Amino acid sequence: MQQTIEFRNRPKIIGSYSIVGPKEGAGTFGEYFDYVMKNDLFGEETYEKAERKMFEQAVTGAISKAGLTTAKINLMLAGDLLNQIISSSFTARDFSLPYLGMFGACSTMAETLAIGSVLINGGHFDNLVCATGSHFSTAERQFRFPLELGNQRVPTSQWTVTAAGASVLSLEGKGPQITMATFGKVVDFGIIDVNNMGAAMAPSAAETIFTHFNETGRKPTDYDLIVTGDLGKLGAEILVDLLEDKGIKLGPNYSDCGHSYFTRKQDTMCGASGCGVSASVLNSYIVKKLNKGEIKRVLFIPTGALMSTTASQQGESIPGVSHAIVLEADEKKSTKAKTIKISPPKKE
Amino acid sequence: MKQEKRNQAYNQYVEARIPKTKPWPSLFNSFWVGGLICVLGQGIDELILYIFPYMSQQSAWTWTLIVLIFLASFLTGIGVYDKIGKFAGGGSIVPITGFSNSIASPAIEFKHEGIIYGTCVKMFSIAGPVIVVGVVASIVVGLVYYFVGLI
Repeated sequence: MQQTIEFRNRPKIIGSYSIVGPKEGAGTFGEYFDYVMKNDLFGEETYEKAERKMFEQAVTGAISKAGLTTAKINLMLAGDLLNQIISSSFTARDFSLPYLGMFGACSTMAETLAIGSVLINGGHFDNLVCATGSHFSTAERQFRFPLELGNQRVPTSQWTVTAAGASVLSLEGKGPQITMATFGKVVDFGIIDVNNMGAAMAPSAAETIFTHFNETGRKPTDYDLIVTGDLGKLGAEILVDLLEDKGIKLGPNYSDCGHSYFTRKQDTMCGASGCGVSASVLNSYIVKKLNKGEIKRVLFIPTGALMSTTASQQGESIPGVSHAIVLEADEKKSTKAKTIKISPPKKE
Repeated sequence: MKQEKRNQAYNQYVEARIPKTKPWPSLFNSFWVGGLICVLGQGIDELILYIFPYMSQQSAWTWTLIVLIFLASFLTGIGVYDKIGKFAGGGSIVPITGFSNSIASPAIEFKHEGIIYGTCVKMFSIAGPVIVVGVVASIVVGLVYYFVGLI
């Protein structure tokens, strides 16, 4: 079973936009984001509406940065964390765009980009937009406790970010290319603690990364940056251990968006989580660095914990899923880039 | 079977890696904040008896509870109690002020879903179990008391 596919026509991210809340704006990547909101409500009545407005701004921002109009967009691929992914579908309603809703929890950015790349690479669509986001306050009330409840967070907990990101994919234009995607399996190592998402997701990230290297014959050193989504401090440490057991050694070029999202002073325990983490980091920091040519090739692996409050209350463990995509700087000279032969996977 | 073993080993490995909280600083903070809330309660009680000298001790206690519950709800409403709770943990959860906070916070949070389906339904989502256990326990104690009295 082949999980990695290569995109010969090299779809490009021709427009990208990121929008975050004030706390996120004060974090490590603050200067790279396109827009920092002044408060979490964003001038709306409810946090759900604020999340939707943020989502809409991300989508319009990405489209206009690509130099296009909504009329030129053929399809929107999006997902979020709320029940029935309302932020995405309500945004699609307001733009009246053809729409595919996707749910991969916090791995949604890679899921939408990978499927989007398949569709663009196949020549079925000219331009499409991929988007995802999350909001601290909507996620807290859906998955955890009311905001004003005076409880303490456990050391393994993570902070759901208020952030959204969108990318416009096309074959025409300039921007980082998506050259490969590895679709991940759902992996569950029996973690039950909903406050320990990093440990629940790390095995799925390890599985996807292992499969990617195995099928492509590449090594971690072939990338300038290997970046996972929101494993957090603990999850990232576990991932390094798990991969070492499988014979893959991640070097200093490995990093986790969730772990590095906030500064130490911001007191978020194990770091950041939520769809918005990987979406906002990809559509700001990573795309900008690739466009400047400061980094050439990135392996981007957002990680998702496929939990539901109902299943967790019934004592079920938390499955994880991670998809990997390879992003390369758009270099006109190397258009004849050597295509990598994907070898059949070795047996474990 | 093999999978179960793998999961068990993984859970053990994760357990060993989890960063531990330092118990002494958090115990100390919850001790002095909890104690302070109790001192405050005592103060309110004495103040009530000072202003209304003919009030019985029983009613003064009731009024003290009402004042504490009001204060905690008020602090929840203006967004202060969650900060106290983050600092003090059990110290501000165990006294009656914590109970007040656990009812006021979901009531505020879910007001956008409407008075009935939001505020009224969700108000007891955290404190509900405490109330149920309290009522059941008092029934059991009442029955025991009744039958012991018969003998």
